[in-house]
Amino acid sequence: MSQQAVNGVPCRGKVLTLDNMNPNVRRVEYAVRGVIVQRALQIEKELKEGVKKPFTEVIKANIGDAHAMGQKPITFLRQVLALCSYPDLLEDNKFPEDAKQRARRILQACGGHSIGAYSASQGIECIRQDVARYIEKRDGGISSNPDNIYLSTGASDAIVTMLKLLVCGEGRDRTGVMISIPQYPLYSAALADLAAVQISYYLDEDKCWSLDVAELKRAINAARQHCNPRVLCIINPGNPTGQVQSRQCIEDVIRFAKEEHLFLMADEVYQDNVYAEGCKFHSFKKVLFEMGAEYSSTVEMASFHSTSKCYMGECGFRGGYMEVINMDPEVKAQLTKLVSVRLCPPVPGQALLDLVVNPPQPDEPSYNTFMKERTAVLAALSEKAGLTEKIFNTVPGIICNPVQGAMYTFPRITLPQKAIDKAKEEGLVPDMFYCMRLLEEEGICLVPGSGFGQREGTFHFRMTILPPTEKLKIVLQKIRDYHMRFTQEFS
Amino acid sequence: MSENGVSSRAKVLTIDTMNPTVKKVEYAVRGPIVQRALELERELSQGMKKPFVEVIKANIGDAHAMGQQPITFFRQVLALCSYPELLNDTTFPEDAKSRARRILQSCGGYSMGSYSASQGIESVRQDVARYIERRDDGVPCDPDDIYLTTGASDGIVTVLKLLVCGEGAARTGVMISIPQYPLYSAALAELSAVQINYYLNEETCWSMDISELQRALDEARRHCNPRALCIINPGNPTGQVQSRQCIEDVIRFAAKERLFLMADEVYQDNVYADSCKFHSFKKVLFDMGPEYSNTVELVSFHSTSKCYMGECGFRGGYMEIINMDDEVKAQLTKLVSVRLCPPVPGQALMDLVVNPPQTGEPSYDKFIKERTATLSALAEKATLTEQVLNTVQGISCNPVQGAMYSFPRITIPEKAIKEATDNGQQPDMFYCMKLLEETGICLVPGSGFGQKDGTYHFRMTILPPKDKLTILLNKVKEFHQKFTQQYS
Repeated sequence: MSQQAVNGVPCRGKVLTLDNMNPNVRRVEYAVRGVIVQRALQIEKELKEGVKKPFTEVIKANIGDAHAMGQKPITFLRQVLALCSYPDLLEDNKFPEDAKQRARRILQACGGHSIGAYSASQGIECIRQDVARYIEKRDGGISSNPDNIYLSTGASDAIVTMLKLLVCGEGRDRTGVMISIPQYPLYSAALADLAAVQISYYLDEDKCWSLDVAELKRAINAARQHCNPRVLCIINPGNPTGQVQSRQCIEDVIRFAKEEHLFLMADEVYQDNVYAEGCKFHSFKKVLFEMGAEYSSTVEMASFHSTSKCYMGECGFRGGYMEVINMDPEVKAQLTKLVSVRLCPPVPGQALLDLVVNPPQPDEPSYNTFMKERTAVLAALSEKAGLTEKIFNTVPGIICNPVQGAMYTFPRITLPQKAIDKAKEEGLVPDMFYCMRLLEEEGICLVPGSGFGQREGTFHFRMTILPPTEKLKIVLQKIRDYHMRFTQEFS
Repeated sequence: MSENGVSSRAKVLTIDTMNPTVKKVEYAVRGPIVQRALELERELSQGMKKPFVEVIKANIGDAHAMGQQPITFFRQVLALCSYPELLNDTTFPEDAKSRARRILQSCGGYSMGSYSASQGIESVRQDVARYIERRDDGVPCDPDDIYLTTGASDGIVTVLKLLVCGEGAARTGVMISIPQYPLYSAALAELSAVQINYYLNEETCWSMDISELQRALDEARRHCNPRALCIINPGNPTGQVQSRQCIEDVIRFAAKERLFLMADEVYQDNVYADSCKFHSFKKVLFDMGPEYSNTVELVSFHSTSKCYMGECGFRGGYMEIINMDDEVKAQLTKLVSVRLCPPVPGQALMDLVVNPPQTGEPSYDKFIKERTATLSALAEKATLTEQVLNTVQGISCNPVQGAMYSFPRITIPEKAIKEATDNGQQPDMFYCMKLLEETGICLVPGSGFGQKDGTYHFRMTILPPKDKLTILLNKVKEFHQKFTQQYS
């Protein structure tokens, strides 16, 4: 090993270096907090230090973080959390009775009546019961067993846990996992980390990002030549694409999963974020059961939900759950064992989830405020979804599919050949080049489509629709102006 | 095969087709004995008659579950952060409000509901760095070396992920104490790392011996690539507080043998024995001069779950990274970004732990009173435990110098060992299961933590309130005497 002296102190190579670290970790990428965001943070620091820029603030439209963009928390949820954190407040008559009741119920289910106690590793039992009831109500009465519910540290945690169970094998037997292109890059990151084989299936941009079973078939047949496809992941409503899949599509996917003997993973964290007329959220579970026993008693599935999106936007609490359907009991025991090693998901997040699945009812004191706040948030998102699509579609060279749901737009951008060449010169992927310039010139941080995957030769960016409407309008106009400038410059 | 007229075939995901490394994972702290304890609790609540009226879960380091009270100040600030309307409420002290405002100011949209930076809220990391500097008598700490985590477990697993790679004889080996906290063995199993056991010396109060480290390492070099050395101080399950000399020796050993040091220090405030003191690995490292402090790669871990806080459910924690290669550090930063961020309430809590009420602040007196009460109760219970267990013939209990567990050695009669083995059970599991069924007391058998061949132990927390603990200890004593009698 080479010996070099630093400040007169002999030293040699480090124990842990880029070359001898776990190579899987090196393959992991997560664009949503990648290079462009690091640059955005740098620029923010420079602004703070008084460096002159063509803008006065950096707008971080890269991440689905609603509160950071000004969305307000739901009062009821925060009242109950405060009561749970500091139960002395149960004596305080400023808090409504229904909030106190929920808090007492949660505290009763906690060791020592404290949210500081570890919970059961699968999650607090009464919360899992509430989640099961929520699912039953949502799915028109189809029964849900609380024992099939696993609370998790955000949906990400449960998704990674499931993939951990599924991924194994060597060489050609290595587990293949199907995921949409474009996808939310947690999936590609997790698959890289686990050295799983990622099997990409392309959503159809011309048909509003719909899923085509023929494409699923193409992808799996190609994949079977070099891996063992075992899992199919689908995000509905979609991220980054925002499409809300039709019921027919969901049936087709389930049928496909059964035929091809695939474990289904349904990421449904945006289930309340549906805006387009004519679109409706159909839970995979519900559709599965409506397809009859041949499917509902055989197809193995996990569906995921979270407290980070919808109308709550409580990302920082890291609340979530998964429901497992038709899992082999021995595997389920392994799953239960696996989650026990990390003890339990954060209890404040569990409490929050309890309120999400058990919100104020019509006869309760907090109901009116709750409904008002919830409706306002969802209506604002819906308005912004429409606005975004509209404005982007006025720009020559930008095509924006309807934002049917979720909280992002993923428009396709035409980049002049000269720009593509310049990007290559600078060692950048073309849409990264585009987005970087936008950041430097306007202070708007988006994520290039290459971070999510896209058809070869196409370019996109993902932008959240989260900034307040007035600010969003300004952002959209700036992007429009930028795009036209950019196109002009490189024509 | 047809079932109910519906044709069926093998499932996609079965015990045979699942990830085999997951099958190798065990975590005794919440393992089979705990599952049985929960079953018994259910039976009790359904009115079934048992030789006891409650199950006492002395298996897990969960202070609040055993009646320890949260620190008022922490919960006040957390309530203020959760529901900032309370900032207008005159019943909250000014220092709590000022901490809450500071935390909220660092949150996106002034809300704990925003994702934070993946490395953790910057101002919290700054506070952690200052805490470390104070703790370590001024040895500088860079906030950029601090990563907030979802409990210490998260940080530990993340670092192991970076370290573990290679095939066959080049597979990464990780040294860990026997006995150990089974997060380590579980993580190593899951990552298919090679676990390299070094035995703590029970005869000398679970101390560490360099020659034992050397023995373990030399043996391991034949079949793996040893790269990391994990040490838990104060120890879990063993409770020993390593001497300063020992820590120096370990650092020297790690430097010489080119090992990445992982120092699990989550019990750093839980030190009871008069002769013992917590010495942070970082401080000792820096006291040893630049030859070591510039070179030895070290990560230390801390948590909000233990000490005097006991806030397990919040999943708060941090790690400090020393001398990590810059490129690897960038990889670490990238890796933690995939999971977005640690829970913000836990980050807020950590901020309060490292930045508690100061002299002169309104909450100071109460804070110190509560903190002192908790720590002195633990100290008292540590001694009581050692004392009572040592009056039992066939139980030998080392001083509980720190942490929150006792790990006494139990003599199990041959007949019992045979019956256990015939039943396919570890003898100490057999013992603990019987204890559970007969007294409702749930402990974890020593086999769940590792122990020298032919020895048996159990781990019991010292967390139940003193009166209950006294009863517990006496029941364990009676059980042991009965058990020994029964199998003589």
